[in-house]
Amino acid sequence: MYEILAKEELGTVNKLMVIDAPLVARKAQAGQFVILRVVEEGERIPLTIADFDREKGTITIVFQEVGKSTMHLGLLQVGDELASFTGPLGRPTEIENYGTVVCVGGGVGIAPIYPIARALKEAGNEVISIIGARTKDLLFWEDKVRAVSDELIVCTDDGSYARKALVTEPLKELCEARKDIACVWGIGPAIMMKFTSLTTKPFGVKTIVSLNSIMVDGTGMCGACRVEVGGKTRFVCVDGPEFDGHEVDWDLLMARQRIYLTEEKRAFDEFKLKCECDSGL
Amino acid sequence: MAEAKKPKREKIPRQEMPRQAPEVRRRNFNEVALGYTPELMALEAKRCLQCKKPKCIEGCPVRVDIPAFILKLQEGDLAGAAVALYADNNLPAICGRVCPQETQCEAVCVLGKKGEPVAIGRLERYVADWRISQGTEVPEMAPPSGKRVAVVGSGPAGLTCAADLARYGHQVTIFEALHAPGGVLIYGIPEFRLPKAIVHTEVEYVKSLGVELILNCVIGKTLTIDDLFDDGYEAVFLGTGAGLPMFMNIPGENYNGVYSANEFLTRVNLMKGYLFPEWDTPVRIGRRVAVVGGGNVAMDAARCSMRLGADEVIIVYRRSRVEMPARAEEVENAEEEGVVFNLLTNPVEIYGDDNGWVRGMKCIRMELGEPDASGRRRPIPIEGSEFDMDVDTVIMALGTRPNPMVFTDAGGLERTRWGTVVADETTGRTTRERVWAGGDIVTGAATVISAMGAGKRAAADIDRYLRGEITTWMPAEEAQKA
Ligand SMILES: Cc1cc2nc3c(=O)[nH]c(=O)nc-3n(C[C@H](O)[C@H](O)[C@H](O)COP(=O)(O)OP(=O)(O)OC[C@H]3O[C@@H](n4cnc5c(N)ncnc54)[C@H](O)[C@@H]3O)c2cc1C
Ligand code: FES
Repeated sequence: MYEILAKEELGTVNKLMVIDAPLVARKAQAGQFVILRVVEEGERIPLTIADFDREKGTITIVFQEVGKSTMHLGLLQVGDELASFTGPLGRPTEIENYGTVVCVGGGVGIAPIYPIARALKEAGNEVISIIGARTKDLLFWEDKVRAVSDELIVCTDDGSYARKALVTEPLKELCEARKDIACVWGIGPAIMMKFTSLTTKPFGVKTIVSLNSIMVDGTGMCGACRVEVGGKTRFVCVDGPEFDGHEVDWDLLMARQRIYLTEEKRAFDEFKLKCECDSGL
Repeated sequence: MAEAKKPKREKIPRQEMPRQAPEVRRRNFNEVALGYTPELMALEAKRCLQCKKPKCIEGCPVRVDIPAFILKLQEGDLAGAAVALYADNNLPAICGRVCPQETQCEAVCVLGKKGEPVAIGRLERYVADWRISQGTEVPEMAPPSGKRVAVVGSGPAGLTCAADLARYGHQVTIFEALHAPGGVLIYGIPEFRLPKAIVHTEVEYVKSLGVELILNCVIGKTLTIDDLFDDGYEAVFLGTGAGLPMFMNIPGENYNGVYSANEFLTRVNLMKGYLFPEWDTPVRIGRRVAVVGGGNVAMDAARCSMRLGADEVIIVYRRSRVEMPARAEEVENAEEEGVVFNLLTNPVEIYGDDNGWVRGMKCIRMELGEPDASGRRRPIPIEGSEFDMDVDTVIMALGTRPNPMVFTDAGGLERTRWGTVVADETTGRTTRERVWAGGDIVTGAATVISAMGAGKRAAADIDRYLRGEITTWMPAEEAQKA
C-alpha cells in the first residue's frame, strides 16, 4: 500500500513523489492535503496535494527536506511504501469564475498553488501567476504553472534567475496596475503569506492563504493546528487550510510553528548523524 | 447448581491487587496494576456469596453473568470461567482494567453493604489474562450470509459490533480514520493503565473472525456514508466516538504549552511520544503542569505528565472530590504518584510570555450551590477569590463531543444539539434507514463497557435486518415510544 511510483528531484532541495493511493485520489481536490507517516515509528506530517490523477489513482506530493521526517521521506526510492497516507483532508479551494485572479507560489508553495491555478483556469478565470524562490535552484514547475496561466511572472530573491524580486513586488505592481483583480491566492512559508496579505490589504483585494500549522490527526481531534482568524480560534485541518489572509493572526501562527523547534533539531541532527554513519559503513 | 458447594461465609478481606510502588511507577510507562496471583485470585473468588438473586448482574451494563464465572473460579475451573465470562463480554481483559466497577457491578454487591464488595473487576481481569495466555481460538461461526456490512470506527463499539456480525455470518469491513485500530483504547488510555499489547490481541481476534480492517480511511472525507452504500454495503454502523476536544474559551488558550488532553494523550500514546527520539513524535512537558478537569482523561493526562518528568502536576477541578467522574482507583493512583489536587478551582485566564509560551494561570475559587441537571452540585465562582498559579504547561481535559466529519454529505441523520446522533437505545437504529450507531457518538463521552454493549445490541439488530426479519424501518423516536 501507498507505494512510491515515481520520484523526481526538483532542483537540489525539493523532491517530488507520486504515491499510489486510489482512495485518496478518488476524492482529491485542489487545496486539500494528506497526512503521511514515513515509517511505523514516524510522525504524522501534513503535505498539501500538489497534483492528483483520479484514473491512475495517484497523488503527487512535493516537499523540502527541512527535518527528520522529510529527510527520511526523501531517502525512500521508487517501489518503497509509506507506512500510512490519509486524505484528502481539509476543505477544497472554493473554485468559481471570479474574473481575474492572481496565484502566488513561494518556494515549495509553488507545488500546491499549481492545482489551484489549474482549477481556476478551468473554471474560466483569467489567471495571473507569480512564482518565486530564494534562489534559482529552489524554483520548479515553471512550465507547468505557465501552461495553466494567462500570464506568469517568475522571480528569485537573489536575482540568480528571472527577475530579482520578492513575490510581493510584482504582486503590488499588479494591484496598482489592475483594478479588476477579484482574488489572490498565496501559498508558501508563513512569512511569505503574511507579506502577501499585507501587500494586498491596502488595495482591498481578497487574499486566500493556505496555513501550514503543526498537525497530528488532521481530522479535528486534537487542536494542535489551532490558529486565530478574525479573532476566533479555528482548526486549520477542518476549518481550513485556506483562510482569509487579512484576518489571520500571523504572529500566533509563527509562534505555534516553533513549539517543537528544539526537539525537531535534535531529531534531525541525530538522524543526519545516523545516516552519515550508515553510509560510512 | 445443586452440586456447587457454597463456600462458607468466611471472614476473608477484599484482596488487594499487587501494584508497582508509587515512587517507581511515577516515572515509567509500565503497567501499574500487576494482576492477582493464583492464590490471591482464589481467596478473592471465595468471598462471593453466589446470591440467589444476584444484584451485580443488574449493575453491569452488558449483564455479564458474574456469579457464574466466579463459581467456576471457586471450583478451580479457569476454562469454564472463561467460557462464562466471554459469553457476554468480548473484551474482558480491557473491561477488567478500565471499567468503573465501583459505580457498576461492585456498587451493588451485597458484601459492600456492610464491608467491601467482591473485587469483580480484578477477577475478570485474571480470567481474561489467563485466557489470552492460552491463545485464542476462533468461536463457532454461522454460515456465510453473503451480506456486507460497513463498520465505521474501530473503538470498543465498532470492534464489538464487527465481531458479533462476523459470528452471525456477515462479511464485515471496519473503516478507521487513524493509522492504528482501537479508538480511545489506543490513542487515549495510556500504556500504564491498559497495555497496548492487550488491545492488539483483541484486534487480532476480531480480524481472525474474517473482519477486514481498512485503516487511514476517514469517512466523510476519503469516502462518504453514501459511497459505502454505493460500494455494496447493505448496512452501516457508526461507532466514531466523541473525539472532538473542548476548550474553555478563556484568554490565552492558544499560547504554546496549552494542549487539549486529546492532543497530549495522542502524542504520548498513539504516537509513542514518551519514546522520542526513537519514535519521531515529540511531546513537550514543562516543569509545572496544570491539568484542568476531573475525569479519567484528566487523571491520565496528569499521570502521563508525571511520567514524562514534570516536577509538579496539579489537577485543577471546579467541583469537589466526590463529584470527580474519574474511576476511584485512578484518583487514588494519581494521588499516590504525587499529583496535587486543587479542587473547587477554575481557570479564568492563561498568561503568556513575550515568545508566546505559557507562564502562568489565573484561577478563581469555587463553592458548590444547588444540584444542576446532572444531579451534581453546581460550582459557583467566589467573587474576589482570584489567584495566580505558577505553571508552564496547561492541559485541558474538559470533555469531548462527537466529530461531525462522518456526517459530511450524508443526509437523513438527525443529531441532538450536543452533536450526538439520534439513535434508538435498544437497537441502535438512527433516523436514516440502514444506518445504526452506538457508543460515544450516541451517548457523548461515556465508558468502554457501554460502547461495547451498544455495539453488541446494534449487531443483533443489523443481523435481524439482514435476515429480513425487519420490514419497516422505525425512526429512532417512534421506536423509543413503542
Ligand atoms: C483518556 C481517556 C480515558 C478513558 N478512560 C476510561 C476508563 O477508564 N474506563 C472507561 O470505561 N472509559 C474510559 N474512557 C471512555 C471510553 O474510552 C470511551 O467511552 C469509549 O472508548 C467509546 O468507545 P467508542 O467505540 O464509542 O469510540 P472510540 O473509542 O472513540 O472510537 C472511535 C473510533 O472511530 C474513529 N473515527 C472517528 N471518526 C471517524 C471517521 N469519520 N471515519 C473513520 N473512523 C473514524 C476514531 O479514530 C476512533 O478510532 C476514557 C476516554 C478517554 C479519552
Ligand atoms: S490536526 Fe488535530 S485537530 Fe487539526
